[in-house]
Amino acid sequence: MKVFKLITRNTWRHPLRTTLTVLGLAIAVTAFCVIRTTIDAWYSDSRATSPNILITLNRVSLVFTVPMSSIEKVKRVEGVKAVSYAAWFGGTYIDPKNFFAKFIVDHNTYFDLYPQWVVPPDQMEAFKKERNAVIVGRKLADRFGWKLGDVVRIVGDIYPGNWDYVIRGIYTGAKEGSNELNWFARYDYVDERMREIAPSRAGQLGWLIIQIDDPSKAAVMSKEIDNLFVNSSAETKTQTEEAFALSFVEMSGTIISGLRIVSILVIGVILLVLANTMAMTARERIREYAVLKTLGFLPRHLIGLIVGESIMIAGAGGVVGLLLTAFAVIPLLETALSDFLPVVRLTPLTLILGVGSALVVGFLAAVFPTAQAVRTSIVDGLRMLD
Amino acid sequence: MAEILVHVEGVSKSYWRDSIEIPVLRNITLEIPKGEFLALMGPSGSGKTTLLNLLAGIDRSSQGRVRVGEADLSTLSEGGLASWRSAHIGFIFQFYNLIPVLNAFENVELPLLLLKMSKAERRKQVETALTIVGLADRMKHYPNQLSGGQEQRVAIARALVTDPDLLLADEPTGDLDKQSAEDIMGLVTRLNREFGKTIVMVTHDPRAAEKAHKIMRLDKGELAAT
Repeated sequence: MKVFKLITRNTWRHPLRTTLTVLGLAIAVTAFCVIRTTIDAWYSDSRATSPNILITLNRVSLVFTVPMSSIEKVKRVEGVKAVSYAAWFGGTYIDPKNFFAKFIVDHNTYFDLYPQWVVPPDQMEAFKKERNAVIVGRKLADRFGWKLGDVVRIVGDIYPGNWDYVIRGIYTGAKEGSNELNWFARYDYVDERMREIAPSRAGQLGWLIIQIDDPSKAAVMSKEIDNLFVNSSAETKTQTEEAFALSFVEMSGTIISGLRIVSILVIGVILLVLANTMAMTARERIREYAVLKTLGFLPRHLIGLIVGESIMIAGAGGVVGLLLTAFAVIPLLETALSDFLPVVRLTPLTLILGVGSALVVGFLAAVFPTAQAVRTSIVDGLRMLD
Repeated sequence: MAEILVHVEGVSKSYWRDSIEIPVLRNITLEIPKGEFLALMGPSGSGKTTLLNLLAGIDRSSQGRVRVGEADLSTLSEGGLASWRSAHIGFIFQFYNLIPVLNAFENVELPLLLLKMSKAERRKQVETALTIVGLADRMKHYPNQLSGGQEQRVAIARALVTDPDLLLADEPTGDLDKQSAEDIMGLVTRLNREFGKTIVMVTHDPRAAEKAHKIMRLDKGELAAT
């Protein structure tokens, strides 16, 4: 007979209690993993950024624009390899519920700076030939059942009017898990109409995308670029692409902080659930521990039995929770959030943290009952329930 | 003259409840020769179980010394006492105190896990002990599948499996019916007569005490009569 066998049998001495505790832990671990996965999904765009790309936008906010004339000035800065530009288009496709990110971009240069979005050459050629052409991500096309040649009407808000676009390209991500939910239309198509209906808005860009030759010079170059526009009507703020992406995430900072706090509270809840079970268990067995001590078992043997049992329950809860997360909850979450968060993926780190938290909780939950069992004298233990 | 196995010299034991000292044993001195079967009797609260606990090394005296064989129990650490108990003491409880999730074989095997023995040696010793108590055919039975008498037999097998110098029994028939009590006392007597085990037994039952070589009575913590 081995100690492990005794731990296993003790664990299942009260099958209902153990099953309920394991399920409680499993649900908590699932909640923890789902929250972390959701937070990870929020940050997925910022992780896909390139270190040699800078973004220049109006210092006031993204709502304000940068003039087209700034491109030539930026190009002259030493270390700048290429400059492109884009703007947020907004607008509605049929119903506001059908939200997705719509950008207008420079059709000649934009995709050169984003090699992670792969467009077949013939489709790229078609995009460049036709002013109202649009390239959409594979997942976005799948979401609405679009195919090449389809005409899609967007009702504009930032850029008023009806905008009829023809889908000429469908991009895929170069890496697994890339964002395939974007819409890229041509800037010149919109700008042309702006010249007719609102000339003051023509030639105004959302932001510049600047490729630099050396990422280590990003800070110096950002300052140099911003200095070009000091005291102009559109002072700029230049930052790395990652910082730019994170600024969007930070808009939801309070929600993310809230989620992080909830994930920690979930760990606290599972600690209490297991600590309660282990306290009941150890109290019921005080007499048995006294008998074992009478037979010559040492405190370290009791520690092994109690901590082992606690960790076994916690480990079982962790494993069941992970299986539940990986095979049931995450696929559901992926479906539910795929329209808003491009990458919903259970990472190895989340798996490790989920099981790790459960095991740490298993250890902590055993501390008090173990101390109680070790401290209780044999005589007092034998007297218990006598 | 028989060799003395247990020396109890001027032993007193008190418990403290809040700040009040409650004396349980007062200046007990006794010697128990090897091979003796001693019954300790006395009213409840007279200190019988406390004395038994002191002999087992599961409690410490407030004053005086207890020696069992070569070991002076007052000088041993808690760890030292535990190791000593595992090799030299067999303890039989009134309520058997078997581990419910282990079968008869595994319960009897428990004390052997603390000794350096191979699995085969353990098996042999456990089977021998269960055969002595007449339960060779109940090895795979769990405590809840055994009668009270059978549970106590398993507990006795567990107490003797390490071949201890001293068997201590705290009212071993206290929770049994008349027939089972007689069977258990028959077994305890056999352990003393056939296997030469030194036994100290606490009991309230005069019929059980009659089986002993010697009866000692405790009253209010003092040895009253022999």
